[in-house]
Amino acid sequence: MIEIKNINKTFGENHVLRGISAEFNEGMCNLIIGGSGSGKTTLLKCMVGLHEPETGSVSYDGRDFTRLNFEARIDVRKEIGMLFQSSALFDSMTVEENIMFPLNMFTDQNRKEKLERVNFCLDRVNLEGKNKLFPSELSGGMKKRVGIARAISMQPKYLFVDEPNSGLDPKTSIVIDELIKEITEEYTITTVVVTHDMNSVMGIGDNIIFLANGQKEWQGSNKEIAHTDNKELNDFVFASKFMQAAKDKL
Amino acid sequence: MFFHPFGKYILLLKAVFRKPEKWNIYRKEIFREMDSIGVGSLGIISIISVFLGAVTTVQTAFQLVSDLVPKSVIGGIVRDSTILELSPTISAIVLAGKVGSSVASQIGTMRVTEQIDALEIMGINSPGYLILPKILGAVFTIPLLVIISISLSILGGYLAGVASGAVTAQDFINGLNTGFIPFTFTVSMVKSIIFAFIITSVSAYQGFYTNGGALEVGQSSTKAVVISCIAILCADYIVAQLLL
Repeated sequence: MIEIKNINKTFGENHVLRGISAEFNEGMCNLIIGGSGSGKTTLLKCMVGLHEPETGSVSYDGRDFTRLNFEARIDVRKEIGMLFQSSALFDSMTVEENIMFPLNMFTDQNRKEKLERVNFCLDRVNLEGKNKLFPSELSGGMKKRVGIARAISMQPKYLFVDEPNSGLDPKTSIVIDELIKEITEEYTITTVVVTHDMNSVMGIGDNIIFLANGQKEWQGSNKEIAHTDNKELNDFVFASKFMQAAKDKL
Repeated sequence: MFFHPFGKYILLLKAVFRKPEKWNIYRKEIFREMDSIGVGSLGIISIISVFLGAVTTVQTAFQLVSDLVPKSVIGGIVRDSTILELSPTISAIVLAGKVGSSVASQIGTMRVTEQIDALEIMGINSPGYLILPKILGAVFTIPLLVIISISLSILGGYLAGVASGAVTAQDFINGLNTGFIPFTFTVSMVKSIIFAFIITSVSAYQGFYTNGGALEVGQSSTKAVVISCIAILCADYIVAQLLL
C-alpha cells in the first residue's frame, strides 16, 4: 500500500498541490483524475521522487520515501515500475534491450535467464517475437505495451502509469487499460494511474481520486462516481453530451 | 547569474562520480563512447591538422624575410606552435562543435522524452550512467587524437614547405630536431585531458538540465558549444600560465 500525507508542492508562485492525503491500495487500479493543470502528474512525480514535495510524506508499505537517503531510495525504486506518457523507451536500444536493461543493471541472472524473462514479459503484453525492433519501428500502442513490459520486468510491487491512453485510438486504449488491470490483479501490484480518459475511469477505476485546483475534491470507486453530488466532479466526468446521456440512462 | 549554474554543475559532477551500479555495463559504454568520440572524430581532426601545419609553415616562411634567420627555424616554429597550442586547442574547439553538440543534444533529447526520468525510476544514477562514460571516453581518446593531430600537422607543414619551396626538406627536418623541449609535449597532453573533460562535462550539463522540447534541445546544444569554447580558451590560458 502507498500512503501520501499532506503533500504540498509549489513551482515559484504557482501552488500546484495543496495538502493532498490519500491511500492507494494493493491489487487495485488506483486512478488520479482531474482536468489539465490540476496537479495529477505533479502528484505522481512527487510520489516516485522525480519532484520533491515541500511538505508531507509518501510511504511505501510503511517506508517514508521522502525521508530516505539516496541508497535506501534506490532499494525502493527497484520495487517500482513506471509507464510514462511518452513511453520513454530508450531510442538506441531494441525492444529486447529495453526490457533487459533493468535486469542487466540489478540482477546477476545469466543471458539465458534474462532472455526468458524478456520473452515472458513480451508474451504478457502480446508482443511476442518483436524483440529486435527499435522503438522508432513501433506504433504508439506497441510502445506503450513495451513500456509496460519493461515496467514489469523486475516484478514490481508498485506500478505507476502516466496518461496511458494519450495519443491512442479508443480500441487500443481499452486494450492498454485491460492489460494494466490484468497485471495489477495477477501480480497483486499497487497500481496508480493518472488519466483524464473517462473510459479508463469507468473501466478500471477501483479507487479514484479526483483533483481540482491542486486539492483532493473527491475519492471513491467507478461505481460511486455516477451517483456523486460533487459538482466539480460531475462537471468534469459528465462534460460531454455522450457521458451526460449515459448518466441519464443509469 | 554565475554561481547558481556553477553550483549545479559541481553537484552534477558529484553525482557523475558516484560509485557505478555495475562496472561491466559502464565499461561497455566507455568503449562505445571511445569509438564514437575517438574514431568518429578522426577524419575531421586529420583534415584540419594537415591544413593547420601547412598554413603555419607558409605563413612563418612569409614572415621570415631576413637572411640572418636560418630557414630551419620554420621547422622548429611549426613543431612548437603545433604541440603547444594549435593541435590541442584547435582540435578541442572543433571537438566542442562536433562532440559537445552531440552530447548536449543526445542527453537533452533523453531529458525531454522522459528517458532520464525512466532511468531514475529504475533506481539508476542517471548522471553516472549517461555522463561518466562520455567523460572517460573523451579523456582517454582526445589526447590520442591530439597526438595524431600533432603528427599530421607537422607532416602537413613539411609537405607545404617543400611543395611551395619555402623551405627545403633537410632544413625543415633540421629545425624539427633542434631545441626540442619534451616538456612541451607534457603541457600539450595536460591541455588535451582538461579540454576533453570540459567539452563533455559542460555539454552534458547543458543537455541534462534541458527543459521543454525540440527548440530547447537545440538551444542547449548551441549553449554547450559556446560555453565549452570559452571555457577551453580560459583553461588554455590558465594551463599555459601555470606550466610554462
